[in-house]
Amino acid sequence: MSADMAYFLLFVLLLSVALGFELISKVPSTLHTPLMSGSNAISGITIIGALLAAGAADSDRLRLVLGLGALILATLNVVGGYLVTDRMLRMFRKRGDDRKDASGKEGP
Amino acid sequence: MSRPADFIYILCALCFILGLKLLSSPVTARRGNLLSALGMLVAVVVTLFDRSILDLRWIAVGLGVGAVAGAVLARWVAMTSMPQMVAVLNGFGGLASVLVAWDSSLRFESLGGWSAGGVVVSILVGGITFTGSMVAWAKLNETLSGRPLLFPGQTVLNAILLVAALGAGVWFVLEPGQARVVSMVALASVLGILAVIPIGGADMPVVISLLNSYSGLAACATGFVLGHPVLVVTGSLVGASGLILTRLMCKAMNRSLGNVLFSGFGAVSGRSAGVEGSPHPISIDDTYVLLEAARSVVVVPGYGLAVAQAQHALHELGQLLEANGADVRFAIHPVAGRMPGHMNVLLAEASVPYESLIEMDAVNPTMPMVDVCLVIGANDVVNPAAGEDRSSPIYGMPIIHAEAARTVVILKRSMGTGFAGVANPLFVRDNARMLFGDARASIQALVAAFKK
Repeated sequence: MSADMAYFLLFVLLLSVALGFELISKVPSTLHTPLMSGSNAISGITIIGALLAAGAADSDRLRLVLGLGALILATLNVVGGYLVTDRMLRMFRKRGDDRKDASGKEGP
Repeated sequence: MSRPADFIYILCALCFILGLKLLSSPVTARRGNLLSALGMLVAVVVTLFDRSILDLRWIAVGLGVGAVAGAVLARWVAMTSMPQMVAVLNGFGGLASVLVAWDSSLRFESLGGWSAGGVVVSILVGGITFTGSMVAWAKLNETLSGRPLLFPGQTVLNAILLVAALGAGVWFVLEPGQARVVSMVALASVLGILAVIPIGGADMPVVISLLNSYSGLAACATGFVLGHPVLVVTGSLVGASGLILTRLMCKAMNRSLGNVLFSGFGAVSGRSAGVEGSPHPISIDDTYVLLEAARSVVVVPGYGLAVAQAQHALHELGQLLEANGADVRFAIHPVAGRMPGHMNVLLAEASVPYESLIEMDAVNPTMPMVDVCLVIGANDVVNPAAGEDRSSPIYGMPIIHAEAARTVVILKRSMGTGFAGVANPLFVRDNARMLFGDARASIQALVAAFKK
């Protein structure tokens, strides 16, 4: 990587951290668990690197193991993270909001 | 950096950013998560067209196995086990970063200083995230004891390992080689374990948040290895998110991050001032009479609610109380439960509308007007010693002032101390009543009494 690229990435890093602080501080505490599982899914963005590693055909055995392992873990992180976040967010409801979800069946 | 794919990656980054923005309200949050997932899907598809990808067979295997395992986990995990789930996902994200960085160290003949630095950070932070998260999982799951594990020379050992890991990192930047990579992986793995074992179960909200931040940091470093801005953007967003939550959790316990990470809280200074006096037990029938007459009820849930799986019964009781004309609110302490927002999710699962949930700072001024405060499975977050007893280990921690209510009813198994091992003088106050027994059974009995 060239020094230019590195400076560019550092610049991106700085702006993203600033933006991250701004965005996340507006998330209400009631959503902090979905925030964690959701941001967890986003951090599975390593899946891009994992795809590039697993897809290189010239791999020797070690590289194949590393690439495939990374891809399985990153995919699990992404898919599991998004799905479980969605499952949680579906449960948050307003007063008087009686959608017929799995957990909404009971009642007096 | 001028291929069409790069522009699509920018759109993906935009999806992640907007997704987080939509998370600012429960009304739009689900849409935000879907938007973010869409961004991720597009990023994966675009990457599949990268010209360095020549063989799709192993990719199909990896995506298939990971997706099925992830979907199964996400579908079947219980809401009470959400902290464990997040710990596991954190750990896997960290390990994925380690493996990608390791692979890059094999792929590129000459890495260059910046990429090599990225490999070092990815491996060290990712490795610590992985093993640290696994230990956190084991503690949360009670596979390991939640008590802090301390041994003499712990800090010195950790410091030596950290210096060695950093040394291997510097060496790798100067002279890349597999021996350095393997030593970094090994040192980071051991460090991750040693860093989390001295931390007690009650401090897990801080640890989980911090590991969340680390997993983002590792992804960010991988972005430097691959020269990929979208990894840097998303990694830093997650890093910032984890840091904010870590700071919130520390503030809610009035402790510094250093104190949480290194003190082994509760293992040494546990029992300070004893509590004098004896508790006043109360029966189900008397509790019913109290609640039946109450116009204003505040429920303070804690981790014990999750353990007893009492959230559904609690919601039913809340509805009956409201039907009886009482104002019912649920007061949530920031560190109630084992991760940020844990109680909110449990109550959401039990269909409690989120408007009924109220934060500590909002509920405290209204507490003197509350007729009955029900404390369920919470202990340290309602311990008045935090405000009164200077010798108490939790002195200075902001608490929900349950003791200010006209009557406090505490649902508890026995008179044991809380997770931090701190005695709670609330239990012997004149206005406090102890309803002993399993929280779910007690609440169900109260529900039955109301239905009679």
